[in-house]
Amino acid sequence: MSTSTKSPNASGWKPEMQPDDGLHNGPETTTGNRALMLEEPLLFEIGHAETTGVDLPEIKLGGPSRLGGCERSEPIGLVGLTEPETVRHYTRLSRQNYGIDLGFFPLGSCTMKHNPRLNEKVARLPGFADIHPLAPQHSVQGALEVIHQLGDWLCKLTGMPSVAMSPKAGAHGELCGILAIRAAHEARGDPREVVLVPESAHGTNPATAAFANYRVEDIPATAEGRVDVAALKERLGPDVAGVMITNPNTCGLLEKDFREIADAVHEAGGYVYCDGANFNAIVGRVRPGDLGVDAMHINLHKTFSTPHGGGGPGSGPVVFSDALAPYAPLPFVRRKGDGSFELVEEDEREASRGQAFGRMTAFHGQMGMFTRALTYMLSHGADGLKQVAEDAVLNANYILRSMEDVLHAPFADAGPCMHEALFGDKQFEGGLSTLDLAKGLIDEGYHPMTVYFPLVVHGAMLVEPTETESKATLDQFITAFRSLAERARAGDESLKQAPYYAPRRRLDETAAARKPRLSWVEPEA
Amino acid sequence: MRYLPLTDTDRGDMLAKVGADSIDDLFVDVPEVARLDGPIRDLPMHASEMAVERHMKALAGKNLAAEGRPFFLGAGAYRHHIPASVDHIIQRGEFLTAYTPYQPEIAQGTLQMLFEFQSQVARLYGCAVANASMYDGSTACWEAVAMATRVTKRKRAVLSGALHPHYSEVVRTMAKFTGDVIADARPAIQPEPDSAGLTARIDDETACVVVQYPDILGRVSDLSAVAEAAHAKGALLVVVNTEPVALGACKSPGEMGADIVVGEGQSIGVGLNFGGPYLGLFAVRDPKHVRQMPGRLCGETTDAEGKRGFVLTLSTREQHIRREKATSNICTNSGLCALAFSVHMTLLGEKGLRELAAENHRLACKAADRLEQVPGVKLLNTAFFNEFTLMLDGKPARTIVRELADRGVLGGVSLGRLYPGVEALEQALLVAVTETTTEDDIEALATELEALVKGGAA
Repeated sequence: MSTSTKSPNASGWKPEMQPDDGLHNGPETTTGNRALMLEEPLLFEIGHAETTGVDLPEIKLGGPSRLGGCERSEPIGLVGLTEPETVRHYTRLSRQNYGIDLGFFPLGSCTMKHNPRLNEKVARLPGFADIHPLAPQHSVQGALEVIHQLGDWLCKLTGMPSVAMSPKAGAHGELCGILAIRAAHEARGDPREVVLVPESAHGTNPATAAFANYRVEDIPATAEGRVDVAALKERLGPDVAGVMITNPNTCGLLEKDFREIADAVHEAGGYVYCDGANFNAIVGRVRPGDLGVDAMHINLHKTFSTPHGGGGPGSGPVVFSDALAPYAPLPFVRRKGDGSFELVEEDEREASRGQAFGRMTAFHGQMGMFTRALTYMLSHGADGLKQVAEDAVLNANYILRSMEDVLHAPFADAGPCMHEALFGDKQFEGGLSTLDLAKGLIDEGYHPMTVYFPLVVHGAMLVEPTETESKATLDQFITAFRSLAERARAGDESLKQAPYYAPRRRLDETAAARKPRLSWVEPEA
Repeated sequence: MRYLPLTDTDRGDMLAKVGADSIDDLFVDVPEVARLDGPIRDLPMHASEMAVERHMKALAGKNLAAEGRPFFLGAGAYRHHIPASVDHIIQRGEFLTAYTPYQPEIAQGTLQMLFEFQSQVARLYGCAVANASMYDGSTACWEAVAMATRVTKRKRAVLSGALHPHYSEVVRTMAKFTGDVIADARPAIQPEPDSAGLTARIDDETACVVVQYPDILGRVSDLSAVAEAAHAKGALLVVVNTEPVALGACKSPGEMGADIVVGEGQSIGVGLNFGGPYLGLFAVRDPKHVRQMPGRLCGETTDAEGKRGFVLTLSTREQHIRREKATSNICTNSGLCALAFSVHMTLLGEKGLRELAAENHRLACKAADRLEQVPGVKLLNTAFFNEFTLMLDGKPARTIVRELADRGVLGGVSLGRLYPGVEALEQALLVAVTETTTEDDIEALATELEALVKGGAA
């Protein structure tokens, strides 16, 4: 075969085939376009106020008006495009984006796995997509059953007795969990002040605890990248409401002493919040309930394959232990004795769990994500989900062991990693940084890994391959990644200007923040 | 399994590379107490695409979908026609399967779209700057209150009684924990909002006044006087809008003096979806407040060659930089819904949105006139856009709504469901009319309502 892992290019191209005539990039074009790479103006530069791509039947402006004197007299300032122009505008924009469909997207902590298209088809069934959240409950029994079934899966997969489905995203789920912890403490007349968060935590953890009026204190990490159990135990006391620990943690390691930590926290009267962002590493293989967790959010858009959509919508249901379940927010779905389903809302606050801490959002949660996630779970089943965790972990370890000789891997000696491999920039020369290597990966056709997170490793690079990548993809990536690591160690100056081949070169973020332009303004005539 | 590319041969080779005898060797750190001897029990095993689709279709089939039925539900979620190209565009993998644009050189598609989206929302709301979206209208509403407390350094928020009860419930829930004081009320059942009562509640400790426009009863009224009263006491005016189509016909909140405008964007481009995912909109009238805003912001800049490009900016407000000092713990927006909104708004344009709004209002006027003629039915509103409140004689509206559904008519939202235990609201039915409503639908609702309301009175 003409392609080998040495030449990770399906066309048979190899670096030595580059002609040395200085012209291989070709002349500049008149339009600024480069064949399939097309520049696209802003909507406001191509649209018109009088253009529309929507035809409504028999519109009569100036008809009846019962708007109470609030009739609009000023133009809105919007512009429109016809349908063909609209489709082209957004198609061109789409081609300036990297997505999982296009290639390997090893963004650590984000679980960029394949998004099955059956999920999309199911979510669009009129029986799910075209029903109103306040429709009479007997007319939406199937929707309530979906929420109930998904909740049942989440409880069984986590080994937890109860679930709140309404949180809209991971951070919203964290807030839900922390508010339940606060409500539980307050209910027993013991409001506490402090939440302990490891240094390696996602930024949302301390932000969430602060939002709920807790004082946040850091827990140090050990040299092997795990929570310092002795330091944590030392800090526990009557003022500590609980801990927020990510497991597996953001260094890609399982907190092997989690049970011991949980027992100590419980003994000191606190609760254990587990950030479930990394659940993909253990789904179907380990139940967090067995580790003493009191509350954990689950990112359906990570572990359960609902699309990330360029930054949301997410979905962050929270599972609860028996101790916190009574405080879970409204509304929730309950199965009645006759097998039908009901939505428990404010009118049953007293008759229901009784101590619900309130409401997180209008309506019942991200239904469009529930249908997708349930479809995914049913596709994999309990056996398939176990395989998901195993392949995700195997892929990450494969990358870790294929890179550790050329890239600083701070915790490689601590044993196997979980679903993500963590590297640092310790061996880079010539002032090159993690950012330079990441931008080099863009030129190689990959989305970079997560960079500069977690904060506990200098120049962190967190690589999460997920289980939906083949060995061939990983081998190609490793070839490119190794080559970049070697260039960074050799102080290859050319990396400082990467990317060269993306739709844009490096963007000036300082200028963007110094003089923010956040909205279109018509240029002066 | 169809989503897992590794073969058993691959797995064997890879285990050899990592120096493990079996996959269990990679899970050695799992504590003894948590080790399982096989797949988790009481859950089904894997299934074919066909079998899963069958299962999900059966569940979908148990719901009464709106399509093809007289449908009048609103109260914060509205059924509008979505042009076919919207769903086509949001399903492009480059949008659907992208992440938050943290690597801007390969995310210009998402970023330029967000810049355009922010510009559309700011203009619609009559504001200077909008953010890249929030989870939904209700959470955006709470974030507005939290922002007002930061800006004014005061702790008290005054909520209009005619704010969507789920929104005020979310605000109350959050305020309980942050220590902010929330003063709210129930809506008074009267033809026009009680603006005087609202302004009387503003004092020198008030951080903001929160008013919905059009309000939960569908009423529309000029908010300039409320804005003046708030500003006179050094408070901000937060205006909540749950039906953006209304702003195609009505003055923008910014024009009336709102300082922060938030809302639910679902009406434009996003389907009903049983309540989510939706699209929170958030904007400020005065650019000086930008640095106190929550959520992501996309801004214009240039690249190393001088070409225009876009990046996420002012992120020093956000949790991944500021951690416990962030303006909010929010870590995502509602990106794909923002795209759907922006595509639909692009298709509409100024002309299309104004026509769409006019058509909604025309049909709503027609429906109000027709329904008011039903014996035992009274129209409450003096003014409305596409949603109004009917007072029904006889049985509670909640019962009527259930019975209407049994007759194949999804007839509206009963205020009894939204305000459990408030007797004065039990007879009130909220009816929404959009461009998807036909005159036959209106006639069907009138006919069935006539039968049921009379039945109740008898």
